[in-house]
Amino acid sequence: MAVDEMGSNCSSSGAQELHVLAVDDSLVDRKVIERLLKISCCKVTAVESGSRALQYLGLDGERSSVEFDELKVNLIMTDYSMPGMTGFELLKKIKGSSRLREIPVVIMSSENVLARIDRCLEEGAEEFLVKPVKLSDVERLRDFILRGEDKNKTEITRKRKTHDDSFSPPSASSPSSHKCDHPLSPISVSAVPHQRLPKRPKLMLATN
Amino acid sequence: MQRQLANMKQSLFDQGYLDEQFIQLEELQDDTNPNFVEEVVTLYYRDSVRLIQNIEHALDKNPLDFAKLDSHMHQFKGSSSSIGARKVKIECTQFREYCRAGNGEGCKRTFQQVKKEYATLKKKLEAYFQFARQAGPVEKACRPK
Repeated sequence: MAVDEMGSNCSSSGAQELHVLAVDDSLVDRKVIERLLKISCCKVTAVESGSRALQYLGLDGERSSVEFDELKVNLIMTDYSMPGMTGFELLKKIKGSSRLREIPVVIMSSENVLARIDRCLEEGAEEFLVKPVKLSDVERLRDFILRGEDKNKTEITRKRKTHDDSFSPPSASSPSSHKCDHPLSPISVSAVPHQRLPKRPKLMLATN
Repeated sequence: MQRQLANMKQSLFDQGYLDEQFIQLEELQDDTNPNFVEEVVTLYYRDSVRLIQNIEHALDKNPLDFAKLDSHMHQFKGSSSSIGARKVKIECTQFREYCRAGNGEGCKRTFQQVKKEYATLKKKLEAYFQFARQAGPVEKACRPK
């Protein structure tokens, strides 16, 4: 679970590094998501199960929830189908915690099932990504979360103001950033308090 | 040699062994992680031994537990999909359809196909990575940033 060093293109921007907690029972998928996140200049902690995730977040009741800055998680990405606790159950536990409920949770699944997607979004998931997850998905997520974080920081303290305005996401020139302009799809039904990511058209297509 | 390597890769795609996801993985390679794809593929072959064994054991049971078979195959299909193993994934999908239909013979037959495609891809990728190592590091185009 060590937090590794950044890729060479992450170092100098001075932009905030997001800390992402990735949850997936598949070793292969953990390795891939870890790489996707590091390339996107995020710190990654990858765990193999929902219960490990809760442990890490201090929600397992076994240790006191003392908050250290370096543990602060900005985003949780979890697989849906996991043995033991599913990603959906993990989502519910996180949203049910007054301390953790503000952390955005993204569900990843290889199965493109509308009922499942709806259920997750209604429970408060930020986004539902169909696997395999692409770099453009991660970059889009990161930009979205960074905008939210920047807004919070600006409201709380004006110190960071100077760099917020000029901050342009590294992926601004890549095609993936244009997908953010898509309107919300009809399936994004529920009332979620915070701003919802625009859904990718891909979610509407039937897959095999 | 680079051209031979490119041809090798192209033929893997043309013959349908690999799909777009493999390319996505290649995009994640850079100077700091020049062997990322090979690492992922190696991890896949190592980790999936266990998944294949699970399925094999489950197929030996009588009566068959189709829910369990489907669940095991879901895991294996997921990993296969993550490395872009197209033909393997296709057979996995077929297997799951037989599970849902409760067709034991279909499952067993298809599982032989899964293993065959899995083994074939392994050989081809081993040859590809070995050749890639000999051909030396490619002048990587920069990812647009």
